[in-house]
Amino acid sequence: MPSFIKAINSQVGRKIMTGITGIGLMLFLIGHIVGNLTIFGAPEAFNIYTKTLEDLGPLLYVIEAGLAFFFLYHTILGVSIWWNRRKARPEGYKKYQTKGGPSHQSLASKSMVYTGIIILVFLVIHIWTFKFGDTEMVKLASGEMARDLRALVIEKFTDPLYAFGYTFVLSLLILHLSHGFWSAFTSLSMKSKEASKKVQMGAYGFAIVIMLMFIFIPLYIYFTGGEGSLISY
Amino acid sequence: MSKDMTIHLKYWKQSGPDVPGHFEEYTLDTVNEHMSFLEMLDVLNEELQLKGKEPVEFDYDCREGICGSCNLVINGQAHGPKAEVACCQLHMRNYKDGDKITIEPPRAAAFPIIKDLVVDRSAFDRIIEVGGYVSVKTGSAQEANALPVEKEKSDEAFEYAACIGCGACVAACPNASASLFTGAKLAHLNKFPQGEVERSNRAVAMVDQMKEEGFGDCSNFAECEAVCPKGISISAIAEMRRDYIKALVN
Ligand code: HEM
Ligand code: SF4
Ligand code: FES
Repeated sequence: MPSFIKAINSQVGRKIMTGITGIGLMLFLIGHIVGNLTIFGAPEAFNIYTKTLEDLGPLLYVIEAGLAFFFLYHTILGVSIWWNRRKARPEGYKKYQTKGGPSHQSLASKSMVYTGIIILVFLVIHIWTFKFGDTEMVKLASGEMARDLRALVIEKFTDPLYAFGYTFVLSLLILHLSHGFWSAFTSLSMKSKEASKKVQMGAYGFAIVIMLMFIFIPLYIYFTGGEGSLISY
Repeated sequence: MSKDMTIHLKYWKQSGPDVPGHFEEYTLDTVNEHMSFLEMLDVLNEELQLKGKEPVEFDYDCREGICGSCNLVINGQAHGPKAEVACCQLHMRNYKDGDKITIEPPRAAAFPIIKDLVVDRSAFDRIIEVGGYVSVKTGSAQEANALPVEKEKSDEAFEYAACIGCGACVAACPNASASLFTGAKLAHLNKFPQGEVERSNRAVAMVDQMKEEGFGDCSNFAECEAVCPKGISISAIAEMRRDYIKALVN
């Protein structure tokens, strides 16, 4: 029996960890978008939601550290799998094409590392903008004070650079997820052809829905100037 | 009567393992649609020799799709354009007059080129050596029915056993991973009661040897399944992953 360290560094272990971290990050995306959609709720909903998160205190740090670990581990594995190709095939083909059929080679699967890296760079800017961005304090109906993140979100997304920059990067999720969702289950040794087909359909559905929900927020705020009927004051 | 076709060939020439190679071109005017791809290369070599040129080396043995010796990458596809057909069984009727065909050897650090289109695939042998066998007592054969094998399992094992070790899966994989080959060998042996005993050690040893030989990681591109002349599914890779995980908890 190999040691745990040896096992997670084996070619099987690396793939399983890519799958597990990928699934973890997808679950995070679901949680993140559900929270974000509170911006369309009652005027205070979004600030109550963000305050609730901040009030978690030490627990929030644990969650953040866990997330950072997942992002980091996922990135290291993804980049190293991609990088190792050069070693495994130092001289490439003059001509190369997929044979189609059961192959999953597609724009999505071939661009995983590029979409991933763009998402990572975006993440840094994103955290800088919102987590560490300047906000006013507002008084909630409950009498407590909270950061007015809602105002910051609306301010940023009325700026075309932010609105369209976010829309562009978040659109890439459709590529990363339409292959990633299927690939993660395959890494975790999904075997049957029927399941594989269903999971690939599920992957398309998941990728489209997640992407649309994410890009809806910046686009809606930009085109309504933050005063549309869905944003109540 | 079929008319002769003109085919423009471009093929890899490399005089030895550690020297740089290059492409050479030749136009054949007498290609018949009934020829196999390798017969077309025979004609090429005949013409080259008549002109006093060196022939192109390529690997083959059975020419009937069962030995796994042939392994050309034709126009960027391992074994050429047809699904589940080894290039020795590929016929020139799949091409038309005036076609350009580029022929390259399988490219992978673990498959060093010996000459031209011939590569050294002993990395596969070494993966087999570390676990791709069952240990049985020699001597007089055991009664054949002493070890019952479930029908479903033996059918499944048979599908994986169809692997001919050609290396097309490695050739076509963007990462040059050997997962389909190794998975097929593991899945084949692990389905039988005779193979069950060494199951865990076998999975760990063979998976580790892939890395040792310099094959790349699997990215689930599934291109291997598309090019495999025996149609072996990536379910073999799932079997390999399951066996490896089981080995951890055993
Ligand atoms: C919210 C963010 C992300 C999500 C939801 C996500 C999701 C996934 C999933 C589910 C997979 C499939 C895993 C597998 O093949 O087993 C995957 C693969 C991959 N991800 Fe991500 N990912 C994210 C961020 C990133 C980042 C920041 C990078 C940085 C480079 C990245 C690079 C990759 C690469 C290269 C692969 C393919 C791995 C391979 O070739 O086997 N991803 N991702
Ligand atoms: S799995 Fe298929 S492509 Fe790979 S070596 Fe075996 S027969 Fe050839
Ligand atoms: S020469 Fe034997 S399989 Fe092609």
